[in-house]
Amino acid sequence: MDLFKSGIFHGGVHPAGNKRWTEQKPVETLPVPSQVIIPVQQHIGAPSKPLVEKGAVVRIGDPISEAGGFVSVPAHASISGTVSAVEERPHPLGLPILSVVIDGDGQETWNPEIGFQADYLSLDRAEMLKRIQDAGLAGMGGATFPTHVKLSPPAGKKIDAVILNGAECEPYLTADHRLMLEKPEEILLGLQVMVKILGAERAAIGIERNKPDAIKRLKKVVAEMNLPFQVIALHVKYPQGAEKQLIRAMTGRAVPTGGLPMDVGCVVQNVGTAAAVYDAVAFRRPVIDRVVTVTGKGIKEPKNVLARIGTPYAFVIEQCGGLAEAAGKLIMGGPMMGLAQSSLDIPVIKGTSGILVLDARESRKHEEQVCISCAHCVDACPMGLMPKMIAAFIKKGRMADAQAYHALDCIECGSCAYVCPAHINLVHWIRYGKSELIRARKKAS
Amino acid sequence: MDPLMLSSIIALGFLGLVFGSGLAFAAKKFAVVIDPKVEQIIGALSGANCGACGQPGCAAYAEAVATGQAPPNKCTPGGKDTVDKIAVIMGLSGVASEEPRLAVVHCQGGRQEAKERFQYQGVMDCRAALLVSNGSKACRYGCLGYGSCALACPFDAITMNDNGLPVIDEEKCTGCNVCVVTCPRSILSLIPRSQKVYLACRSLDRAKAVKEICSVGCWACKICVSPKVSPSGAIIMEGNLPEIKDVYAMELYNAVDKCPAKCYVIRGERPVLEAAVDENAAVAQNQ
Ligand code: SF4
Ligand code: SF4
Ligand code: SF4
Repeated sequence: MDLFKSGIFHGGVHPAGNKRWTEQKPVETLPVPSQVIIPVQQHIGAPSKPLVEKGAVVRIGDPISEAGGFVSVPAHASISGTVSAVEERPHPLGLPILSVVIDGDGQETWNPEIGFQADYLSLDRAEMLKRIQDAGLAGMGGATFPTHVKLSPPAGKKIDAVILNGAECEPYLTADHRLMLEKPEEILLGLQVMVKILGAERAAIGIERNKPDAIKRLKKVVAEMNLPFQVIALHVKYPQGAEKQLIRAMTGRAVPTGGLPMDVGCVVQNVGTAAAVYDAVAFRRPVIDRVVTVTGKGIKEPKNVLARIGTPYAFVIEQCGGLAEAAGKLIMGGPMMGLAQSSLDIPVIKGTSGILVLDARESRKHEEQVCISCAHCVDACPMGLMPKMIAAFIKKGRMADAQAYHALDCIECGSCAYVCPAHINLVHWIRYGKSELIRARKKAS
Repeated sequence: MDPLMLSSIIALGFLGLVFGSGLAFAAKKFAVVIDPKVEQIIGALSGANCGACGQPGCAAYAEAVATGQAPPNKCTPGGKDTVDKIAVIMGLSGVASEEPRLAVVHCQGGRQEAKERFQYQGVMDCRAALLVSNGSKACRYGCLGYGSCALACPFDAITMNDNGLPVIDEEKCTGCNVCVVTCPRSILSLIPRSQKVYLACRSLDRAKAVKEICSVGCWACKICVSPKVSPSGAIIMEGNLPEIKDVYAMELYNAVDKCPAKCYVIRGERPVLEAAVDENAAVAQNQ
């Protein structure tokens, strides 16, 4: 019966956790910003289509865009007020993206349809999925893949295990950790909904052992609520929270190359997503805010904050004491997989798990040296790849060879670049190669 | 002689004889018939294996020409000479070689003229740099300046200057198109060698946005397409960027003078006589 265990996956690294700055700090609700910038694309998939024009009056939770297809989710107003512009604004991914700018009226008027419905568990599957899509849910761990798509496996793919990802293996980040401590009930009720939608037999929550308080708390609440879920204490190793590695460690199953977790009967969701699923199905409450860890040596007062979607970084950082003098580099997410950001005008989006500001020393640049064939990168790669070979091929433009070495299986976890003594930008090279390979494939089809 | 040495010589000699005759037999029996034309054509081609002809290399192109699957005038680096030689080999007449072309850079916004949004620290390759927040240049159309084109050029015709812009050596450039397809921002294009004036900006942004981030970007002010500057319509407006329709028109020199952002570039020396005539014409029109 016991499917889940605390197993191990191949490779991985042990970066310094750096979670002590914020792990003991309860989530603080940020004041409502006077203006929010809500991009129509905060998820992987087709952009959503704006529904409002300049001058429109919106309430909290009103949809401001509609899904642009099945693999797409709408966006919602996160403050009440007037739409002052629908235009391209800076976006965490780099290219300016069409965004709805809302000037707040300070009233905090909510969409009246949002409210608790006691019999939510008796809703049928399709209605639950619809509510999840309508609420704009996209993986809150940072990958931002639309949740309803993951919860609708094609006919014939039987899901027998739902895994809730509370590993939070990225250094610095503590948003999920705090959520597990402060809202365990919501997380578990969300998991219950997902298990129902998928008709799965078992479910478990995996948490790294560096969060003993969260493990204890969730175990206690599971027992109190009498739910059939397991809480698994995982080894502390990066990237424990990567889907494929988590499945491997917790079930022993290996996702085939090019495949998805559903190919081995698993669905993995982040704990933050689970809490949002509960809000979406039981309250019809869309994603209008999220927990963000604001941390690093470049921040005066590191904190966990509950920020409205669309709040500019500048406002968030100001509420955390502002930037320290030595601030060097701004990153959305964690230091391993996060994206470097170029402006403080960029808003918090659904996938913003953290705002990390490194100091100048931490963000200094290393010159790329030649590979000394030490194979540290090969040992570290959790996907069992040979990063040095793939990167060397890509450098020489030999994309077909890179593909033969499974460049496309790289999950961009950064373990290889982290250990490389020659400071080779392995992940950057591989990402570049992947983008060329994907483009060539698109062109061919 | 030592009997051991003697037997070795005999044994090895015998083996050599056996293998040698085997090879000789195989060479006759499995000989691949090569069309002598292919060899001759390979000799006529430039041998750069640059891919300008659309084939994977010179040998493949020679074969395609010899079998009639490719036109004989696609070897741009070889130029007219090569076309003539191939025409003789293939017994063709009246094959026109295309007008030789060369690459130009449609951006003048180097490190001094154009603003950067952030300090880029990653892999020094333009296509890789684009993956980080869409490149560090504030202008989203401009040259990224990491020299992917210079690295790609099979003829060493591109160097990166201190200002972070590619400079084309017109002598060396063969118009092979490799740099054009390499640049992720489409900053380079091929123009006929006889075209003297081209527009060196790709920005589709509006005037205000451009002025904020670049001192040499096109404002889309439409002065160059106005009847005063371009009476015959040699330049037209396409979206927020002018497009040169008649690449040989003398009015292009007017545009060089009148463009407030100095976006038009003259290749080499400005023809003195025509320019003077042109200015007179412009003056006459102004009155
Ligand atoms: S090659 Fe990819 S999957 Fe492997 S360690 Fe590097 S980034 Fe991670
Ligand atoms: S870790 Fe770096 S130096 Fe060592 S083999 Fe990999 S790429 Fe080469
Ligand atoms: S500059 Fe461009 S077109 Fe000219 S030879 Fe080099 S790669 Fe070919």
